Amino acid sequence: MTQLTPVLSAHWDEKDSFTIAGYKRHGGYDAAAKALKMEPDAVIQLVKDSGLRGRGGAGFPTGMKWGFIPQGDNKDHYLVVNADESEPGTCKDMPLLLANPHVLIEGCIIASYAIRAKYAFIYIRGEVTHVVRRVQQAIDDAYAAGHLGKNIFGSGVDLELVLHVGAGAYICGEETALLDSLEGFRGQPRLRPPFPAIAGLYARPTVVNNVESIASVPAIIAHGAEWFSSMGTEKSKGMTLYSLSGHVTNPGQFEAPLGITLRELLEISGGVRAGHQLKFWTPGGSSTPIFTSAHLDTPLDYEGVSAAGSMLGTKALQIFDETTCIVRAVLRWTEFYKHESCGKCTPCREGTWWLVQILRDLESGKGSEADLEKLLDLCDNIMGRSFCALGDGATSPITSSINYFREEYIAHLTHGGCPLDPHAATVFASAKAGV
Amino acid sequence: MAFTDKDLQVMDSIINRYPRKRSAIMPLLHYAQSRDGFITSDGIETIAKKLDLETAEVSAVATFYTQYKRKPVGEYHVGVCTNTLCAVMGGDEIFAGLKDHLGIENDGVTADGKVSLEHIECNAACDFAPVVMANWEFYDNQTVQSAKDLVDSMRAGKPKAPTRGPDVLQNWKETSAVLAGINDGHANEGVQAGAPTLLGLNISKKGARG
Ligand SMILES: Cc1cc2nc3c(=O)[nH]c(=O)nc-3n(C[C@H](O)[C@H](O)[C@H](O)COP(=O)(O)O)c2cc1C
Ligand code: SF4
Ligand code: FES
Repeated sequence: MTQLTPVLSAHWDEKDSFTIAGYKRHGGYDAAAKALKMEPDAVIQLVKDSGLRGRGGAGFPTGMKWGFIPQGDNKDHYLVVNADESEPGTCKDMPLLLANPHVLIEGCIIASYAIRAKYAFIYIRGEVTHVVRRVQQAIDDAYAAGHLGKNIFGSGVDLELVLHVGAGAYICGEETALLDSLEGFRGQPRLRPPFPAIAGLYARPTVVNNVESIASVPAIIAHGAEWFSSMGTEKSKGMTLYSLSGHVTNPGQFEAPLGITLRELLEISGGVRAGHQLKFWTPGGSSTPIFTSAHLDTPLDYEGVSAAGSMLGTKALQIFDETTCIVRAVLRWTEFYKHESCGKCTPCREGTWWLVQILRDLESGKGSEADLEKLLDLCDNIMGRSFCALGDGATSPITSSINYFREEYIAHLTHGGCPLDPHAATVFASAKAGV
Repeated sequence: MAFTDKDLQVMDSIINRYPRKRSAIMPLLHYAQSRDGFITSDGIETIAKKLDLETAEVSAVATFYTQYKRKPVGEYHVGVCTNTLCAVMGGDEIFAGLKDHLGIENDGVTADGKVSLEHIECNAACDFAPVVMANWEFYDNQTVQSAKDLVDSMRAGKPKAPTRGPDVLQNWKETSAVLAGINDGHANEGVQAGAPTLLGLNISKKGARG
C-alpha cells in the first residue's frame, strides 16, 4: 500500500503556516540562500536530475524547460508562474497558496536565479480574493526581509516579483494566452514556434511554470535530487498533490508519490460515499478523458494514465457515483468550453457551439441515435485541428463518455429525457438519508 | 465619479510595477472598478490616457474578461458554482433557490442594490462542493438554506463571514482594490486551510503515530 508523503503540505496544519515566521520555523528560505551560492547551471542540472515534471497538466520536464533559455544573449529573461488554476476539478494550487505562499516565492527566487531572470510574475486567477491577499502580503514581507528586490540574500543578485491578477478567463491558463494577457492584450493563444523559451513575454526568453512545479523546487534544493527521485515511478518522479472531490466520503488534498492508484486513495480517505458505487471519474480535470471503475488500479503517473487512454493532467480526481447522469455532466462541461472558447479559431469556436446544441437535444430526449455519430464526427474535426489545447480538451469528455456510456445516451431517447433524479446526486440527499 | 489626484497617483504606482506600461491594463481596470463599481467610459478614458492607448483598445481588453462588469453589480456579488461537479453536488439547486429567493435572474441585482447573482465556473474549491463565492471570497460546503441565509445577512447589512477569508466580508469596491494589487491588511485573518485541505496530512500523521 502506497503511503502518503506530505512535503508541500507538511506544515499546513499550523495556524500561521502562511506567514514568513511560520515558514522560516521549518527552514523556509534556506534553500534559496543555498541555491544562490551554487552556479545557476548547477541549479538547472539538479532540477533535471530530480526528474521533476510540470504539474500544470502536460508534464514537461522542468529542468529541461529551464535549460532551453538561451544564456549570454544579453536579453532580459522572465519567469512567469501560472496560478490561473481554472481547469474544472482542479483545486490544488489555491489551497497551497492560501496555506503557504512563501514556498512559491522561494521557488521563484531559485528558478529566476537559475534562468537568469531579474523579473518574475505570478499570474493568478482573479476570482480568489483571499488567496490574492495572502500572496501579496507574502511578497511584501519577502521584500521587507531582503529576499526580494536588490542584492537579495546579500548575493549581488536582484529580483523583482510582481503579482498579476487575472479577470476571469480560463483560456489565460494556456501559457501563450497568459503571456498576451500579461502584456495587456486580450488573452488569446499565440502561434508556436517560437516557443516562450525563445520569444515569450515581450518577445524575450521566458519560462512559464505551474505553481506546484515551482513550489516543489525548494525541497529539491534542500534535500537533493536523489531524495526527490526516490519517490514516484520510473519516469514520473517525486510527490504530488492529488485532489479528491465529488461523491466520496472525505474529499480533500492528498500528497502522495506519483503512481498511487485511485483504489489506494479511496481506501486511505474513506471511499466512495456510503451506499453508492463509483460510476466515472476524471484523472486530471475535465479535459482528460473520463475513466470508470475499470481503471481503479491504473497507476496515476504520466505514463500509466496515458497508457489507459487518458492524461494525468492536473491530478484532479472528480468522483461521480451511479446517481450522476453522464449526459448532464458532459453537457455542463461542454457548455463551459463553449463559454471559454476564445474565438480565435473556427473548429473550436463553431464546434463547441454545435456540440452544446446536440447535447442539449440529447439530454432532453429530443435527439436521435444518429446524433451520437454527429457528436463524434464534430469531435474528430475539432481534435487536432484547433489552434490550442482547449479545443482538444473539449472533445475529451464527449468521446470518452460515448465510449463507456453509449447506452445511457440512448436511454435518454427511449425515456424521453433523463431517467435519473438529479436530487439524488446532491450532498443534501445523502445528508437526509442519514448516511 | 471622476478620478481624484490620489486615484491617479495610485494608477501611476500600478503602472510602475511593470517593465512595460501596457501590462498594467488589467490591474488598472480592477482599480477603476474599485472606484466606480463597474467599468465606466470615464474609467476607460482615464486608463487609455495613462497608457497612451486608444479607448477602443482598452475596451477590447475590458470586454474580454468576465470579471470586469459593464453595469453595476450589488454591494455583494454572489456567484454560485454550477460547473459539473458543484452542479451535481447541489449547486444547481442552490442557484435555483437563490434566484427564487431574491426574485432575480442570472446577472440580476436586487432592487436595494445589495446583492447581485451570477452562476460561475469552477472556482478551484471542488473539495468544498457545493461552492458559493461572494465578492470572490470562499463560502464552502453550502446548502440551499445556508446560501439563502447568506444573502439575507447581506441585505440586512451584516454579511456572514467567508469560510476561508477575512473576518468581515469586504464590499465589491473594496474587493476590486485588492484585485488591483492593493494590500488591504486583511491577509492574516481567517484560517490557513479548510478541513479537506488538511485531510491527507492528518491521515498521514495518524498513520505515522501508529
Ligand atoms: C486551456 C488551457 C488552460 C490551462 N490552464 C492552466 C492553469 O490554469 N495552470 C497551469 O499551470 N497550466 C495551465 N495550462 C497549461 C499551460 O499551458 C502550461 O503548460 C503550464 O503552465 C506549464 O507549466 P508546467 O510545465 O510547470 O506544468 C493550461 C493549458 C490549456 C490549454
Ligand atoms: S482552440 Fe478555442 S481557445 Fe484555443 S485558440 Fe482556438 S478558439 Fe481559442
Ligand atoms: S466545480 Fe465548483 S469549485 Fe470546482
